[in-house]
Amino acid sequence: MALEAGAELAPKTYPITRASLVRYAGASGDFNPIHWSDRVATAVGLPGVIAHGMFTMALVARAVAEWTDGAEVVDLGAKFTNPVVVPDDDEGTAVTVDGTVKSVDDGLVTIQLTVTSGDQKVLGMPKVTVRA
Amino acid sequence: MAVDGSLVGRVFPPTRPYRVTEEKVREFAAASGLGWESGDQVPATFPIVLAFDAMNAFLDDVEVELSRIVHGEQKFSYARPIAPGDVLTTSLSVATLRQIGGNDIIGTVSAITDEAGALVCTTSATLVHRAAEVA
Repeated sequence: MALEAGAELAPKTYPITRASLVRYAGASGDFNPIHWSDRVATAVGLPGVIAHGMFTMALVARAVAEWTDGAEVVDLGAKFTNPVVVPDDDEGTAVTVDGTVKSVDDGLVTIQLTVTSGDQKVLGMPKVTVRA
Repeated sequence: MAVDGSLVGRVFPPTRPYRVTEEKVREFAAASGLGWESGDQVPATFPIVLAFDAMNAFLDDVEVELSRIVHGEQKFSYARPIAPGDVLTTSLSVATLRQIGGNDIIGTVSAITDEAGALVCTTSATLVHRAAEVA
């Protein structure tokens, strides 16, 4: 896909199950029980087990890698504004990453992102800049 | 329990050097659904593996329970890409501390440097330490 200013990138939807969270916990080293224990999650006032914010951001990085054929990421960041609750069933939930090329400047491509789960935006001000 | 305000500006001891291996990168990529092969870019959020080491040491030190921490924000700024074979060290410092509604909002900055001491990536994290009791 051509990375030209204004280009809309094909939305990517990725499923998230409890198994995804267990696997991500092991790979990242983030064993916070709010990402695997309903008991602990609800005890600290969360609606249930939630995805690691960093797992959601890893999926954003995956979308960017897929869109840009693995371009070098220079900057990546977001706020975690709404938790992604992952039910303990076979379907789990899903995150959708939408992107529009905002600018192409001196070899740096900035992609404006929208990251949602259900109808809710889950990341605030997600931003990525790649060298392409 | 509120986090002590004197934390701001504190620099924690650097983590022990971490050698980036292809096997670890492949495991991390697979966990986010990416097929990764030798020569591919290391996933952009990979430095969180190092940053967590530093954050866990910090949270232990200030005696904060991990389950009361929710991630508020994370940013990565790269000076150069990470590659397998890199030996990286992370230095965490506390940049900001605010209290909102009984929650502590802790801003940390971690500098990840290579064996030569050159900066590879700066990663900043906002950690929300949730109040123990609902006000």
